[in-house]
Amino acid sequence: MRQIVIVGYGMVGHRCAELLAERAANSTTPVQITVLGEEPREAYDRVHLSALFDGKDPADLTYPAPPGVELKLGDPATAIDRERKVVMTASGAEFRYDDLVLATGSYPFVPPVPGHDATGAFVYRTIDDVEAIKDFAAGRKVGAVVGGGLLGLEAAGALKAMGLETHVIEFGPRLMGVQVDEGGGQALLSRINDLGVTVHCSTRTEAVEIGEGGAVYALVLAKGDDLSALPVDLVVFAAGVRARDQLGRECGLAVGERGGIRVDELCRTEDPSIYAIGECAQAVDGRVYGLVAPGYAMAETVADHLLGADPAPFRSADLSTKLKLLGVEVASFGDAFGNTPGALSALYSDSTAGLYKKLVIGEDGRLLGGILVGDASAYATLRPLAGTDAPLPATPEQLLLPAGSGAGPALGPDALPDSATVCSCHNVTKGSINAAIHEQGCADVAAIKGCTKAGTGCGSCVPLLGQLLSAAGVQTSKALCRHFEQSRAELYEIVLVTGIDSFARLLAEHGNGESDGCEICKPAVASILASLGGTLGAAKRNGAPKHILDGEQAALQDTNDHFLANIQRNGSYSVVPRIPGGEITPEKLIVIGEVARDFGLYTKITGGQRIDLFGARVEQLPQIWRRLVDAGFESGHAYGKALRTVKSCVGSEWCRYGVQESVKMAIELELRYRGLRSPHKVKAAVSGCARECAEAQSKDFGVIATEQGWNLYVGGNGGFRPRHADLFAKDLSTEELIRTIDRFLMFYIRTADRLERTASWIERMEGGLDHLKAVILEDSLGLCAELDRLMAQHVESYSDEWRAAIEDPETLRRFVSFVNAPQTPDPEIKFEVERGQIKPLLTIGPPPGRDLDQDSGSDRDSADELAEAAAGPDGADSLVPAEVGA
Amino acid sequence: MTVTAGKQRTWTAVCRYAELTPGRGVAALIDGVQIAVFRTTPGELYAIGNRDPYSGAYVISRGVTGSRDGIPTVASPMYKHVFDLRSGTCLDDPTVALPTYPIRRYRGLVWVQR
Repeated sequence: MRQIVIVGYGMVGHRCAELLAERAANSTTPVQITVLGEEPREAYDRVHLSALFDGKDPADLTYPAPPGVELKLGDPATAIDRERKVVMTASGAEFRYDDLVLATGSYPFVPPVPGHDATGAFVYRTIDDVEAIKDFAAGRKVGAVVGGGLLGLEAAGALKAMGLETHVIEFGPRLMGVQVDEGGGQALLSRINDLGVTVHCSTRTEAVEIGEGGAVYALVLAKGDDLSALPVDLVVFAAGVRARDQLGRECGLAVGERGGIRVDELCRTEDPSIYAIGECAQAVDGRVYGLVAPGYAMAETVADHLLGADPAPFRSADLSTKLKLLGVEVASFGDAFGNTPGALSALYSDSTAGLYKKLVIGEDGRLLGGILVGDASAYATLRPLAGTDAPLPATPEQLLLPAGSGAGPALGPDALPDSATVCSCHNVTKGSINAAIHEQGCADVAAIKGCTKAGTGCGSCVPLLGQLLSAAGVQTSKALCRHFEQSRAELYEIVLVTGIDSFARLLAEHGNGESDGCEICKPAVASILASLGGTLGAAKRNGAPKHILDGEQAALQDTNDHFLANIQRNGSYSVVPRIPGGEITPEKLIVIGEVARDFGLYTKITGGQRIDLFGARVEQLPQIWRRLVDAGFESGHAYGKALRTVKSCVGSEWCRYGVQESVKMAIELELRYRGLRSPHKVKAAVSGCARECAEAQSKDFGVIATEQGWNLYVGGNGGFRPRHADLFAKDLSTEELIRTIDRFLMFYIRTADRLERTASWIERMEGGLDHLKAVILEDSLGLCAELDRLMAQHVESYSDEWRAAIEDPETLRRFVSFVNAPQTPDPEIKFEVERGQIKPLLTIGPPPGRDLDQDSGSDRDSADELAEAAAGPDGADSLVPAEVGA
Repeated sequence: MTVTAGKQRTWTAVCRYAELTPGRGVAALIDGVQIAVFRTTPGELYAIGNRDPYSGAYVISRGVTGSRDGIPTVASPMYKHVFDLRSGTCLDDPTVALPTYPIRRYRGLVWVQR
């Protein structure tokens, strides 16, 4: 079998393995692909390492292993024997190859200054580096980064995120000297200074002073002839990288003067069986590319050459980048420095606002490149134009001036030629995206991502994908269902503004003209009416909000809400009383046991720290509630799209590690938000310390205690597509925490789609988590007062739905199995016993009754006489159910 | 109260019309057969089999009613298959149909024939 071995499992090695695996799957000859990785972990997204300081953990960055590829991780390759075509690893293992791909990447360059290897000196390259920095930084105050390039500013952002006083030492005259020119550097500098990061440009790091205990104590800095000392607790070297080419060097392959294994247009080294790609390779243009996009392009060339056809030669690459460093957008594309002869530049600069925009334009008026600092929103449309024959879509002034300053229309994707690269990470052109839309029927961004991979790299082209979809006339319909053009969020606004309190009126005034709704819009509107129950005057009954089963609302509810219980596969229901925070007295626990025993219910502890009682028939539900309510229980809303539980660990009252009272907080939150109807279920948890026993980071909102207060996480969930929650705010007081959650929930209820969990809501939101933070923490939409008011009304108007149901004879009447035989239990609900408890006995087969004579409405006319005859003497209005059918 | 018709069919009164919540259904048990009885929002009556063929559970009467292009419908609460209340046909899969029964309102009562 043909053996392809890849050495290196970074982003480029992973991409190469993925591409080879895809091609191998379609190949007629069997191929074995083996990857040798130095790090013990799976490949991960190195570009977004800083996310680890923002609440993500390594699992969030990990890439899935390509199918069919053999991974040998934690055992670095140490030598290549080209004669025998074998790679040796540190453990002594040998791997034979027919083709060998070197993707060993680079290593951080650490200037050989005295003390560079002291305790507290780090590099910023791997997850292990990040974790070491995190561990060491705890409790320390001042950090410095040596290097003011892209990586250095990333690292500075990380130090800042950990709350350290942060310094950046840059040898060159400006920050990000590779990407931006002097003006751009100035704008960047003023922005970064505003963030409280101190930047020292044109400054050499002479030495690292070592203090007591061998740890970093200060940096000795030189600016011109002036020497100074900067006391620091920690230093990160991010002064560039060097190609890891020693495997190639040692086996005699040619290497460039400044490093990098020399390759040809097909990424082949001198040895036709050995390839080198990514940061360890020197391309034919003599450059070593340190960005991921060129690495991916090289991986593509090699994969096509080895297992495909027609490899695109790799000659040089676009160095365009768009980044967000310390919250500042920086983009650089095409001929950013105006090196083309005759190039002109058009400039817009506002140093107080930290804005700098430059376009480089050729003699013929075509766009060659540009630099954007502070606002890079034009990058997605301008970059694909650079270097193409397309004329500028507007005058340079119009392209440069900030929106709203009377400039021309915003740029559309129409301006782009088909050959323009839209996704530079995966080298996808506008033409291929349009083909995916028109020929393969991709109707949304997710489909385009799946089809073309565009937008799955850095993500900066995603807005453009959306524009291409709308330009192609693809309407991403937001209509709730066939009865309403509006989205759920729009209907919520309508109800809030107009005070319309009935489905019938909403349908008549805002619907599509059908006389009745459906199983989609009815429960959705029911949920909106319930969410706003405390606000809608007319929806109230005797001053209190209407019960969800009152009047018209009863008809709108899905079966679970309609029966205030959860339907199970055999048509029976389960009952979950609320146990706030999972705390329960022995007496109440005994009541639950007695109820379960007396009604013969299957009993199971749930994941949300409460108890689920299964197998109740509809006519048993009110009797079960009566027993539970009398013992002080209330509905747990397990049946509702509403707050379910606030799970908790035991907290500082008992736990020797706890730093706050997590149970108390969980109970407070659960009682505050109980019964709150929302677009989907809402789960929550509170952990009493960073050990996170309550798994708060897997919840819609999760709270983790800190020494100073509470950290709030939002947007997590388990389920079909698990997602870790994002850190939303740190070290909140109890009051701040509750106010922030209030607003978060109310904004979610207001703007999410039907059945959209908080995770996908945040992912879909334009501007994502940053936008959400702005709305809730900075009140950027001016909504907070109203959100607070709505939550206050919810809290004030809460009442127990079970109690209300058992106290209302009209509602109770519905809880029968048969309308004409209320005492008869449903004979089809049967159970067998397993492990000492009941389980549904399911009968499988054709539905009984299908052999019946299938009369339909046509018989209705002849019924008149019959009914008349029947009703005559008896005075049918005095019907007694027991007599029916006798 | 039961009246026998010529062809061995009987009309059975199952409840008062006024007892039915507009837009919802109830289950009736007639000679051991479970029948789902609906009063739609516009006020019409329909009777179809109560067994959901996709789950085998007797739950059709607990579904949410509605209309699709003018056709009165009910969605099974189990897996949300939508049925035409007039013909019993599943709109998502026309090869499946529930039995239907003649139903009418007379003297304030709801009568089902079987």
